[in-house]
Amino acid sequence: MHPAPSVIIFTTLSGLGFGLLTFLGLGKPEVTGWVAFVFYAIAFGFAVGGLLASTFHLGRPERAWRAFSQWKTSWLSREGICAVAALVVMGLFAFGAVFLDTHWWALGWIGAALSLATVFTTSMIYTQLKTIPRWNMSLTPVMFLSFSLAGGSLLAGAEALAPWLLAIAGAVQLAYWAKGDQAFATSGTDMGTATGLGDRGTVRAFEPPHTGSNYLLREFVHVVGRKHAQKLRVIAFALGFALPLICLILPVEGLMLKHLLAGIAVLLHIAGVATSRWLFFAQAEHVVGLYYGKR
Amino acid sequence: MTELPNSTDRKMGLVIDLDTCVGCHACVISCKGWNTENYGAPLSDQNAYGADPSGTFLNRVHSYEVQPPEGHAQLVHFPKSCLHCEDAPCVTVCPTGASYKRVEDGIVLVNESNCIGCGLCAWSCPYGARELDLAEGVMKKCTLCVDRIYNENLPEVDRVPSCVRTCPAGARHFGDLGDPDSDVSKLVAERGGMDLMPEMGTKPVNKYLPPRPKDQIDDQIDILAPLLAPVAEEPKGFLGWLDKALDKLPGHSEGGSN
Repeated sequence: MHPAPSVIIFTTLSGLGFGLLTFLGLGKPEVTGWVAFVFYAIAFGFAVGGLLASTFHLGRPERAWRAFSQWKTSWLSREGICAVAALVVMGLFAFGAVFLDTHWWALGWIGAALSLATVFTTSMIYTQLKTIPRWNMSLTPVMFLSFSLAGGSLLAGAEALAPWLLAIAGAVQLAYWAKGDQAFATSGTDMGTATGLGDRGTVRAFEPPHTGSNYLLREFVHVVGRKHAQKLRVIAFALGFALPLICLILPVEGLMLKHLLAGIAVLLHIAGVATSRWLFFAQAEHVVGLYYGKR
Repeated sequence: MTELPNSTDRKMGLVIDLDTCVGCHACVISCKGWNTENYGAPLSDQNAYGADPSGTFLNRVHSYEVQPPEGHAQLVHFPKSCLHCEDAPCVTVCPTGASYKRVEDGIVLVNESNCIGCGLCAWSCPYGARELDLAEGVMKKCTLCVDRIYNENLPEVDRVPSCVRTCPAGARHFGDLGDPDSDVSKLVAERGGMDLMPEMGTKPVNKYLPPRPKDQIDDQIDILAPLLAPVAEEPKGFLGWLDKALDKLPGHSEGGSN
């Protein structure tokens, strides 16, 4: 799949933002006034920024509002609704915390649930696609949710939880790669089933429909990004999980140093998750490539 | 709404004969010609006369080589367009309701004025039947020439999809695949019409007729053959002497071992 920057930025940032909103809604940390303002500014900045970025890959962004209508069948529609609901509910909760010095806990819990639901619905947009075996796995939503919770706990400064959530997210990442590498082969789809000619012999693409490229090849058969996949996996894992974990568990004295390390951990984690998302798209092979003898 | 209808009154679709298709691409051209100036936004081209031309097409013809375990390879020309699936994933993923399947004839269409061009329907289609038009920013797909098949301004003979009307080999057939007595349904039953990627669970309406098996000449069918002088397998006479003499010379001889 073509790793469009808008979609990578969207899933990375909004995952982090909604992860932080989940923790804030649950009162971890329980903040009010100016401190709360800074926390919510970061959370809304990431969540809204990500959502706005996602509209850049639309052919007709001015009609984006129509995407809220088909929640009965469409995960993309459900995601839009969850995202707006989460932002509105958490916006009210934030208003109480920042300006009135009060916590409306019922709103917080609902907001936290909606924030997680947003991340889940985002992941289901990809998971539902049978055409992309590497995404069509139950590990995909697990990965999105574990990343969001790990990133959210890092941003929330949840010292006790963050190392565990980072370790879990890292393990899920490794499992996702291991299972994803087998996904296309085990899906049972090959050039034989694609053309229906498989039981007659070995099918080889002899001549493509056009000498030039086309939308399908540009969108679905993106081989350039896969070239350095193994190196990028090491980078993604180190930046996203291993190094932030080390930053958190280093036994250091002094609040300043601790905050500095936590800040570094956040930046490393964001870079790592963005790298992982690049691979999530670039390594995803769409079955339509088979018609072109490609993966 | 982008919910799929439980059933459609008719299942209009195409039957494509892989045995007959000669790979001339006439259906591709007539499809582009008709659909760029009729239903919906035109099918744009980018850099049409430049170094890297590309454009929106609703129908493309691939060619495949099939190598059986024994015998000669076979070349199969393979036209591919929307299969108007009964369980069309492109319809249910659409967030705006722009994608829909018609109850009356099962045709899958895009309401282009509601399409936001998110591309998710193209992602969900295993067959590459949908292409985002780069000029218009909306999704384009085969309409089964919905503006021809019911068009009473056209002579009756023309009330079939443009690709079917154009095909010089008669490799494309149009009709109601939901009616077991229709010509297309009979053709499918007779020739063992097949689904593409049945494991995707899309239940395509369009069917493909597999190439007929090549003639197998196992027995001697030419009654005159035994009376003809056999072609010499072993060289005789002067050639035989020459062959043996050259074999005796040192060095490697290529070719047969006679």
